[in-house]
Amino acid sequence: MSLPDPLTDQHRYISNASQDVGEMLEVIGIDDIDRLFETIPADVKLTELLNIPGPWSEIESRRWFRALAAKNLTAVDHVSFLGGGAYLHYQPACIDQLLLRAEFLTSYTPYQPEVSQGTLQSIFEYQTHQCLLTGLDVANASLYDGSTGLCEAVLLAERVVRKRTKVVIAKSVHPQYTETVRTYVQNLGYEIVEVGWTNDGRIDTEALRAACTNDVFAVAVQSPNFLGVIEDYDAIAQIADAAGAVKIAVIAEATSLGILTPPGAHGFDIAVGEGQAWGVPTQYGGPFVGFMVVKDALKRHMPGRLVGETVDVDGKRAYVLTLATREQHIRRGKATSNICTNEALIALAANMYLSLMGKEGLREVGQQCLSKAAYLRSELQKIGSVILPFSGPVYNEFVVRTPFPAAEILADLEHHKILGGIPLGQFYEGHDDEFLVAVTELHTRENLDQFVAALTAAISRERR
Amino acid sequence: MTTQLIFEHSKRGRRGYRLPALDVPEATELPSSLMRDEIADEVEVSEVDVIRHFTRLSKLNVSIDAGLYPLGSCTMKHNPRLNEEIARTPGFALSHPLQPDHQVQGNLALLWHIERTLMEIFGMPRVTLQPVAGAHGELTGILMVHKALAKSGNARKYILIPDSAHGTNPASAAFAGYEIRELKSNSRGTVDVDTLAAAVTEDVAALMITVPNTLGVFESDIKKFAGILHDKGAYLYCDGANLNSFVGIARPGDMGIDVIHSNLHKTFSTPHGGGGPGAGPVGVSEKLVPFLPTPTVEQREDGTYYLDHGHPDSIGRVRAFNGNFNVLVRALTYMRSMGPDGLRRIAQIAVLNANYIRAKLRGSYHLPYDAPSLHEVVFSDKLQTPKDVHTLDIAKRLMDYGFHPPTIYFPLIVAGALMIEPTESEPKEELDAFCDAMIAIAKECEERPELVRSAPHTTPVRRLDEARAARQPVLRWKR
Repeated sequence: MSLPDPLTDQHRYISNASQDVGEMLEVIGIDDIDRLFETIPADVKLTELLNIPGPWSEIESRRWFRALAAKNLTAVDHVSFLGGGAYLHYQPACIDQLLLRAEFLTSYTPYQPEVSQGTLQSIFEYQTHQCLLTGLDVANASLYDGSTGLCEAVLLAERVVRKRTKVVIAKSVHPQYTETVRTYVQNLGYEIVEVGWTNDGRIDTEALRAACTNDVFAVAVQSPNFLGVIEDYDAIAQIADAAGAVKIAVIAEATSLGILTPPGAHGFDIAVGEGQAWGVPTQYGGPFVGFMVVKDALKRHMPGRLVGETVDVDGKRAYVLTLATREQHIRRGKATSNICTNEALIALAANMYLSLMGKEGLREVGQQCLSKAAYLRSELQKIGSVILPFSGPVYNEFVVRTPFPAAEILADLEHHKILGGIPLGQFYEGHDDEFLVAVTELHTRENLDQFVAALTAAISRERR
Repeated sequence: MTTQLIFEHSKRGRRGYRLPALDVPEATELPSSLMRDEIADEVEVSEVDVIRHFTRLSKLNVSIDAGLYPLGSCTMKHNPRLNEEIARTPGFALSHPLQPDHQVQGNLALLWHIERTLMEIFGMPRVTLQPVAGAHGELTGILMVHKALAKSGNARKYILIPDSAHGTNPASAAFAGYEIRELKSNSRGTVDVDTLAAAVTEDVAALMITVPNTLGVFESDIKKFAGILHDKGAYLYCDGANLNSFVGIARPGDMGIDVIHSNLHKTFSTPHGGGGPGAGPVGVSEKLVPFLPTPTVEQREDGTYYLDHGHPDSIGRVRAFNGNFNVLVRALTYMRSMGPDGLRRIAQIAVLNANYIRAKLRGSYHLPYDAPSLHEVVFSDKLQTPKDVHTLDIAKRLMDYGFHPPTIYFPLIVAGALMIEPTESEPKEELDAFCDAMIAIAKECEERPELVRSAPHTTPVRRLDEARAARQPVLRWKR
């Protein structure tokens, strides 16, 4: 296909049509748009149109994309027990309506505070929520997600401690988070030491003590961990302190902060995690929002944007991006992070969610998750051949073991419109008969009973 | 209008939600040592309070929907609402990132199609969709370069970066394990072939260059750059932040570029959301394909799709799960809406609009680099500084005329830079109104400089005491 006259097929997202173009070319003093592209060498210019589909009308796009979406099996018409770092919780209706307000959706990073107070104040509120929830002092404006948040926490810790080369990461931290850290630090000369768990599913404190040598700059644990088990923060803090390591707590299920004691209350230095559960759906993994909250002493090492309070020339309270000398646009190669674009809109959703649910709602969501998971566990334990292998305390997620391969059991549940869990064998060798089950306030007792019945039936079918 | 913080709206006993009554026994077995007390100071507000609060907050922002938002290098273009609707399709929105491949064939097909589309746009053999922002893509790209060089025996030491580059470039290169060597730009604001040739030693891993650069000037010698680098076994990295200016006109792969990231929230219309989310897919040349992050999306002969984790030389994953999937959905929706002619038209009209502004404003503002520019134009405050009026003042005064200011004091090679990028979205009338405002301000700088120096006068707040914010940081509300 040769190149068509660009002015024949007018497009709906571009305002200027041929009359405008003619008038504008005249002001510029040329007669052809192509003249504006003379600095691009002719030998790299395309002589044909790109070979891609379109242009499509809205009608055609809806048809094609909806057909694709319909090919997915999802919580739309299945009961889902999938977690593992992405959770379907209640989303108050007004959040998405408010997110669609153009002033939030279609504005840029608030570099000009006089015309961006809406975004800036919201970030300041978001930062406050994060501090209250984690029990720590200073939160940033957001990071990409939980996994890259952990990377940033590890990098921060190394900047603070200096001249040490090892970071200890619990094997029960989300395996994809640890994988991401490996990628991030691969050229920085750090060694990642993984520490496993004991029968209760909590980190092996003896192994942790052994791993915490004096060249360890940070210890990172997740709670509830990837197995769903709540860690003993105090025991871990004590061991890390003895080695002089920075203590990093990872939270992959944000609603747990509504009911469990926060890492700040146990002396942890950094809380970092995934805030998706606060108001946005699982959407195949993104966009999510990473949160990071640190002790006051670490604030000048913080990656990413920070919003602070100040006043304008009339003395009126106002908000502004601050402590920018940490950041890449000022410090360039010596910045605390390379992050620029973050997840502001998802942080805004989190602010809305946390405000709507509030003091009482955050506790109630936590209590319902806890109670429904406890109910499901007790019902599952009545099935003879189901084992809950870890005895440690859990919040809303736990590991289930049956005598059969998890993939087969889950395939059977899928036939009964149940997305029953996440097979653990893909993350941990030798765990092919286990899967991870997550429960939230969205599940009814009927859903839970259905799961128990379907699992019972699946096991007996496997037996046959 | 003063706006209270949501925490200051809080009143004991108010509530913004209702959950179904608990239909199972309340759990009591968790030890109390693991349970937190009431979250002191958390909010108690009604839904009405929340809606009023955030609606009022929103009114303090300006946005692209309300008018021209000419931030240079940020590509603030129209954000089609079809993209939003499609991304909210429940089959996408409720899909889970750890579902097995057979349950998410729709998602994998979508990822496969957007990769194919970007491969064609870039002119490159593969693209990773995992990075979730431009800077994330930069890190990914440089990690691949490092791994490829390390595999052939020497990862090398330096990344060359022109002095006009975005700050993310040196930061990303540093986190990927390199030291930075800055390249001085010439009198046209571009990089000289000779300067580059002298700088490319055996220690240099790559040149990281923005094309067109942050002045909007295309690096016409780009193919020569590629030749010089490739001769020494080094790589050519292109920061694709400015892809909007040449999409559909020319392709990075045809220029000898080895790695490019594209900010989908710029060229491909996904909303900036006050700072994110974005997405930063990275295209690579053949020799870097083995090093792409895992997993990749592949198609079987029977037409089904799967995630392939088996790339032994991969740098690894750069994020949990599958990138900013629902940003990718929006971007692909846009690519399909535009089609091949539409994508080319974007570049044509974006460049036309920028050059129209350049023509109209060049008498009123100093143009520090006269080289022909594409999608953006960089002026300076040189004509205004004799009246002691500076770029910051001009930017603030624009707010009184109802426009968001351009990017200011960037690129760093221009003192008092005003970097204007209108994008293809803007109609001529909007450009005229903007130019009229800029010209009126230039006149005010002559006749009433104090008015400009004390601007803005009509915004929700006026100039802020930024020094105080940094000196005595207040980073959260406290009772």
